[in-house]
Amino acid sequence: MKIIVCIKQVPDSAAKVVVEGGKVSWGDAPLVINPWDEYAVEAALQQKEALGGTVTAISIGGESAKEAIKHALAMGADDAILISDPALANLDTQAAAQVLAAAIRKAGGVDMAFFGRQAIDGDSGITPSQTARLLGWPALTLSAVIKVDGGNVRVERAIEEGRQIVTAKLPAVFSLVKDFGEPRYPSFMGIRKASRAEIPAWSLGDLGMVAPATVISWPEVMNPPSREVTCEVIGGGSPQEIAEKLADKILAEKIL
Amino acid sequence: MDFDLTQEHTMVQKMVRDFATKEVAPVIKEFDRKQEAIPWMLPRMGELGILGICFPVCYGGQGMDYISLGLACEELEAVDTALRVVMSVHVGLCGMTLLQWGTEEQKQEFLIPLAKGEKFGCGAFTEPGMGSDLAAMRTHAKRDGNHYILNGEKMWISLASKADFAMITVRTDPNPARPTDGLTTFLVNLHSPGVTRGDIHGKLGVRAGSTGWINFQDVRVPVANRIGEEGEGFKITMSAFDSGRYTVGAGATGLIRAALESSVKYARERTTFGKPIGEHQMIQEKIAKMAQDHEIARLLYLQVGWMKNQGRRSTLQTTYCKKFATEASFEAANQAIQIHGAYGFSDEYDMERYLRNAKGAVIYEGSSEIQVLIQAGYALGERKDKALRCELPAYDAEAWQK
Repeated sequence: MKIIVCIKQVPDSAAKVVVEGGKVSWGDAPLVINPWDEYAVEAALQQKEALGGTVTAISIGGESAKEAIKHALAMGADDAILISDPALANLDTQAAAQVLAAAIRKAGGVDMAFFGRQAIDGDSGITPSQTARLLGWPALTLSAVIKVDGGNVRVERAIEEGRQIVTAKLPAVFSLVKDFGEPRYPSFMGIRKASRAEIPAWSLGDLGMVAPATVISWPEVMNPPSREVTCEVIGGGSPQEIAEKLADKILAEKIL
Repeated sequence: MDFDLTQEHTMVQKMVRDFATKEVAPVIKEFDRKQEAIPWMLPRMGELGILGICFPVCYGGQGMDYISLGLACEELEAVDTALRVVMSVHVGLCGMTLLQWGTEEQKQEFLIPLAKGEKFGCGAFTEPGMGSDLAAMRTHAKRDGNHYILNGEKMWISLASKADFAMITVRTDPNPARPTDGLTTFLVNLHSPGVTRGDIHGKLGVRAGSTGWINFQDVRVPVANRIGEEGEGFKITMSAFDSGRYTVGAGATGLIRAALESSVKYARERTTFGKPIGEHQMIQEKIAKMAQDHEIARLLYLQVGWMKNQGRRSTLQTTYCKKFATEASFEAANQAIQIHGAYGFSDEYDMERYLRNAKGAVIYEGSSEIQVLIQAGYALGERKDKALRCELPAYDAEAWQK
């Protein structure tokens, strides 16, 4: 089984992200692997453990994206590829999907391509489907349970209304949700391997393509409006009295 | 001079931090209140390789260096002292002593299952009537053919009721020329007939940690379980403390950090007299002291880790690290309570647990007073490092992976 897992480097979820001078800033917070992508790596590793084969992590980005790649390697991915090219700054999802689809084609013989359900920075959640479309593969999004049987796959999708069972033929693209199960921690052996790994970089030239055009531009970004919150402490002689006052207040404000 | 951690180190830090914050932090208060050890903690730490972090791969370990051990201890104690105590006794007192003083056969038989986390180890030196005063040690062993017969009791032993093995020092010569003579160290299987043990409750701190007593009644210990030679027990015990104290100092650094981080957060949120308390100079002074102490403690333990990596003796530097960090952690927790006011006094916040946990480390593995005696001995030239028959092996990045 040849498995690819596509990962993205994003600001730490604990970072305070603000807009400064029209640009998004996360201060000096570290960049980490997109938390959703950790589920994708976990799913990829579980498929490898069940079926044999290799897991290759792929990321688009600069030198700093190697941190995310090394996290995937430390979790147990066999190897990794960084797609790095100065022309790849500010990609939209369609352009990213074109680059990833080209890389998956170049890798050759891929059976399964895993993604997190979305990246916590862009939050669009459509790159997996777009990549699948470009490859002409089924897009099995929001996967919670994945069972491969020969050349077929059966997926339980975690959707708002419940679970939906879908089947498809491999190769296929999968996007993973939390219900799949907690991603493993990197192992010490994996950490050592990752910290010493040389990660090959592919340029657009290596993929045989020119810089894909973005179709969505991002003219403005703003902080959410700050909410005015006022606190009022309700006092009283007894819990009963306080509760009555609170109930009156809630009714007066038409909350209930 | 390079003060940067390697990428390997930062990844170890993150992995241990993720484990401690995701799995232990959500339940620690509950177990601390109940005064119960978290039942899955030891096997889980074993499964993740944390219990074998700094042992060569050929001995079942993870092949990381001694700095990684310190970093792991800092991360563990930033969540709870009970986690770090496991490292001090299982890795520091027991495993590292085996690595340093054990024969190849002993490493094969005992270190491998300990490093793999299949068996758990502790260190048993203190007795009901003695701690630092080795002359008063009463537990004794008498040779009987291929065995020694052990009698006596050890007390205040972390993991006493959980461990499979205890690194234990006892008296083998009842009338030694000097009090430090006539002591011998053994690795005792705690499942042997004649061993009884139990937990001690009502401790001020580390309530989610297991601390107890071990009684030996005519326990037959094979000669093959003697660590080092007869009479080498004092030197071996001091080596064990060089390792254990390092983990205690590194861990206390984590407790300072936890107190600092919580205090900074609270100082930004809580307002008095119309502004966040972090804008009041008296709060700033407390926070600056914590930040400074964290930096000093961190540098001190990293120095010890570096020396151990080089294969250098670090007895003196370890006392600086252990004494400074543990005392500073107690003071940081104390000031963190002050900053948090009434909330700090309540177990709704972590500060009171930090304070209770910090106090033990100023006492165990050589009280602050003992650390001062050692430091004074070195400063006055009365104490010098002498070559040991067995030194702790230096870290070898290549050989430790094989």
